[in-house]
Amino acid sequence: MNPAIWITIGKILVVFALTLGTVAYMTLAERKVSAIIQWRKGPNRVGIWGLLQPIADGLKFVFKEDYVPQTANKALHALAPMLTMAPALMTFAVVPFGSTLPIFGMEVKMIVADLSIGILFIFAIASLGVYGLAIGGWSSNNKYSLLGGLRSSAQMISYEISMGLSVIPIIMMSGTLMLTGIVDWQGNHLWFVITQPLSFLLFVISSFAETNRLPFDLPEAEPELVGGFHTEYSSMKFASFFLGEYANMITASALIVTLFFGGYHLPFIENLAFFENHGFLLGLLHVITFMAKTAVWLFIFIWVRWSLPRFRYDQLMGLGWKVLLPLALVNILIYGIIILGFGLGGTS
Amino acid sequence: MISFLFYVFAALALASAVMVVTRKNPVSSALFLVMTFFCLAGIYVLMDAFFLAVVQVAVYAGAIMVLFLFVIMMLNLSPDELPAFMNRKIKWAAAALAIALTGSLLFLDVSRRLPASPGTELNGEVGALGELIFGKFLLPFELTAVLLLMAIVAAVIMARREL
Repeated sequence: MNPAIWITIGKILVVFALTLGTVAYMTLAERKVSAIIQWRKGPNRVGIWGLLQPIADGLKFVFKEDYVPQTANKALHALAPMLTMAPALMTFAVVPFGSTLPIFGMEVKMIVADLSIGILFIFAIASLGVYGLAIGGWSSNNKYSLLGGLRSSAQMISYEISMGLSVIPIIMMSGTLMLTGIVDWQGNHLWFVITQPLSFLLFVISSFAETNRLPFDLPEAEPELVGGFHTEYSSMKFASFFLGEYANMITASALIVTLFFGGYHLPFIENLAFFENHGFLLGLLHVITFMAKTAVWLFIFIWVRWSLPRFRYDQLMGLGWKVLLPLALVNILIYGIIILGFGLGGTS
Repeated sequence: MISFLFYVFAALALASAVMVVTRKNPVSSALFLVMTFFCLAGIYVLMDAFFLAVVQVAVYAGAIMVLFLFVIMMLNLSPDELPAFMNRKIKWAAAALAIALTGSLLFLDVSRRLPASPGTELNGEVGALGELIFGKFLLPFELTAVLLLMAIVAAVIMARREL
């Protein structure tokens, strides 16, 4: 077969393994960071520093009874956790996690599929994530689950709009929809977090809402909805919802890094003369830079969760429609005027 | 390979379209409709119309069908209440519409007025599409926008009797 296909399959496997491994250890990181924030020790019994805890948790989930309510719609009840996991893992296909790495004399691009419409692909797939939550809530046949499902669909549709609009100034400035193009523009010019602070703020707030993380975790608000959309889930199905949330967080962090923090670029250091004839090391540096930046954002996601209280539902809707949406529209207008007036950006 | 994939997507699209009308449960119907949209997006990808495929998924599967689902879940009708909406007249009207649509598509296909592949003007490029929309087809595009705005205003007025 064509070697290109094998390289792509290899990349898919590596991305899958890395994402799922990170998801497993995110559960530990969440518990450890929350422990530090709350002046506790956190899990420290299984392995050194609790490092084997995710494996123990996984085994526990597998051996728990998988309880399905009698009145539930069985097929959809089983389908919902899968619908949550799949989009979260699919999005990573178009995120560039490095420049190129010379392996066996071939320049391998560190991205699974460099689509010409990369960023639109992400929004299309991300918009499907809501089905898992909505279907899970409805099929459980429980009023708390249903309320959680309804909230999730309303919330995700509302914040999707401001998320999509917040990225438009970036597309206007870099003149491309390809994520590699956006990353390279930032490598050649400035990071978008500096040139477009408002877009950055809007995008980060919307991604917190899209990943259902505090302060926007209304779909599973436990004080009011028992457990929200996953009240009636147990065993591995419950774990899938949980893992889907973490996979979404990883994708959101990777996207924030790609769109606003220069992706895999490390300013100044990557321009050292040393790297000019060490292509492999440069490629490695890019991959490590990307991972480190993503890790910082994952930490911020956890940090925010254990620091902020939850929004009320009407506040959530008010923020989405009356604050973020108008701001995003004004943002587009301002950057449109700047780009036209000063001849900035465009294809360069 | 591409024609094989085309038949897979086409068969799946037709099968799920049939499921949409035969399912008793409205939520299942809605989900099969999502499946149909997905298969159509797959066919667009095979025709190199990436932008159209992505918009199909984002707008139809990701936004419109979520709203459908939202309304279905809000009403949460039990299967016994549903037959009230399925009287004989609606069935006849639906059958007549289906026959008319199939007939017109067949006529267009036989008379070779439908191109077999997308026009070379686009080639899946977003920039080219933008230039067409804001150049050659500016007036229809703006009229559609006004139409959508009218629909939104009407929906708001109907939803809130007192403004």
